[in-house]
Amino acid sequence: MAEPEEQRRVRVLRAYRAVLASRARSQASHRASFRMDLVGAVLVGLIEFTEIWVLYSATDQIGGFTLAQIMLVFGLSDLAFSLADLVAGHCDNLPVYVRAGTLDVFFLRPQPLLAQLMTSDLSLRRIGRCLVGATSLTVGLVLNDIDWSVGTVGLLLLALVCGFVIFTAQFVTAAGLQFFLINGSEMTNAFVYGGRYAATQPAVVWPRALLVVFGVIFPVAFAAYLPVSTLLDMPGPLGLPTWLGWCAPVAALWAVTVAGLCWRWGLRHYRGAGG
Amino acid sequence: MNVIKAEGLTRVFTGRPDRKNRLRRSRHVAVDHLDLSVEAGESVGYIGANGAGKSTTIKMLVGILVPTSGAVTTVGLHPLKQRRALARRIGVVFGQRSQLWWDLPVRESFSILSAIHGLSAADERTRTAELVDMLEMGEFLATPVRQLSLGQRMRAEVTAALLHRPELLILDEPTIGLDVLSKQRLREFLVTQRREHGTTLLLTTHDMGDVERLCDRILVVDHGRLAFDGTLDGLARTVGARRELVVDLATATGDLVDLDGAEHVRSESDGLRQRLAFDPQRTTAARVLAAVSERAEVLDLSITEPDIEDVVREIYRATRR
Repeated sequence: MAEPEEQRRVRVLRAYRAVLASRARSQASHRASFRMDLVGAVLVGLIEFTEIWVLYSATDQIGGFTLAQIMLVFGLSDLAFSLADLVAGHCDNLPVYVRAGTLDVFFLRPQPLLAQLMTSDLSLRRIGRCLVGATSLTVGLVLNDIDWSVGTVGLLLLALVCGFVIFTAQFVTAAGLQFFLINGSEMTNAFVYGGRYAATQPAVVWPRALLVVFGVIFPVAFAAYLPVSTLLDMPGPLGLPTWLGWCAPVAALWAVTVAGLCWRWGLRHYRGAGG
Repeated sequence: MNVIKAEGLTRVFTGRPDRKNRLRRSRHVAVDHLDLSVEAGESVGYIGANGAGKSTTIKMLVGILVPTSGAVTTVGLHPLKQRRALARRIGVVFGQRSQLWWDLPVRESFSILSAIHGLSAADERTRTAELVDMLEMGEFLATPVRQLSLGQRMRAEVTAALLHRPELLILDEPTIGLDVLSKQRLREFLVTQRREHGTTLLLTTHDMGDVERLCDRILVVDHGRLAFDGTLDGLARTVGARRELVVDLATATGDLVDLDGAEHVRSESDGLRQRLAFDPQRTTAARVLAAVSERAEVLDLSITEPDIEDVVREIYRATRR
């Protein structure tokens, strides 16, 4: 019974769409609460931006970046992270799913487990955070003297997509590790949310250990800092070349590989096939 | 065709390493070289004490857990390598965990699951209508799942597992916590479902009523090993699944011994209430009652069914000797 490819794809997508649409409807049905969540998310974003602004009221430059320049880094990384949070943030709930048995139910459905986990929820209130990031990015693009060309637009889009992929991969990596570390979300939060925070800063100011962690292992430096350095034609940290920002896809590929391995490893552990 | 085929199925759980001796880990053999085959259309009761290995077996059958050794196929598929294909062909109801979306109306859960299983719109309509009608769910279709009573939720869970017309339906404690009426309704539905669609049933339960009314084959598992495999009659012959007739008498009476076909178990309140055990294979409750009435006036009576725990204990005792 060969099914045409087109028809098959429609059928596959219908399953995810049905779940996601129901999640969205369920949130829309509690309007007041949804609006408050949305406002709350915007406020948190603003407070984080205020923190940066306060730092810059004491000095003109941090790591060679002015406030206007850092707004680009903050905006780009925050937008990428918020989008990833929208799609994969609920991977954090894995320990709850394990305890409540929801994960076992995923095994009984004909979709890949990770796809089910990612589409099991859609927190629309996180759109609030996206707005903050997008605004900061827009303001940064206006304030800075950018040599607009196909290349710069391409670089920005590339950075945004790769940043989104890197942060999504972080969430999946954390979820994979959670299979081992029941109640270990504090530990995984350290690199997921720590990485988010680190990504909003110029990496030059990091100590070397942090450079290794967030530049190489969890490569969030590629989400915003390095592409922005390339965009503004500034030298990278440790005398690294300016064009390093174009390497974001390599970092994204690496992050996805790590995430894939962690997830499969965690799942093997859960099923008891040995770690 | 074998719907379920397990050979030497074994599952060992190893604990964390010992603090003193890092090489020593606690080992627990949950399922121990289990051989099992279930034919299409059979209805099998899988019973055993808590921790006997029932849930572990089911988790291996559906691809949640990996066997430590041995092989298993479910509807001819490898549960690990072909999990997604398997999911399209089996339905599973875990009494303790829900397939439904707790914040959505029942109807919406059904339509999401139809999409998940790729039913066409027309197919979804007819199948949902059929199940809703048979399980009398019309009145609570628009109710959010979190507001359902346990009996209602269980009917919805069973529907959720049957929407895609699975060949094999696995039920883990389907009637746990249900009132008598809800249990009865669910059992009747499952019998009909099996008759009309030829669905193979595998259920674990602590309720003898489920086994008696639903299953034509019984597997008793003890410490991960099969302790009994046979019919209900065979089980009754092995352990003497006796019923107890409890009679309340008008006057204090001496122990009702030497009754035809029944054995005196014990008396309470100076003989005002007496318990008599009988084998339903050899006599009937009516005959025992008639015999009692010849000796004393009966005010009230009740019949207790054998407790599955007792049956299991008897089997364990018989096989461990």
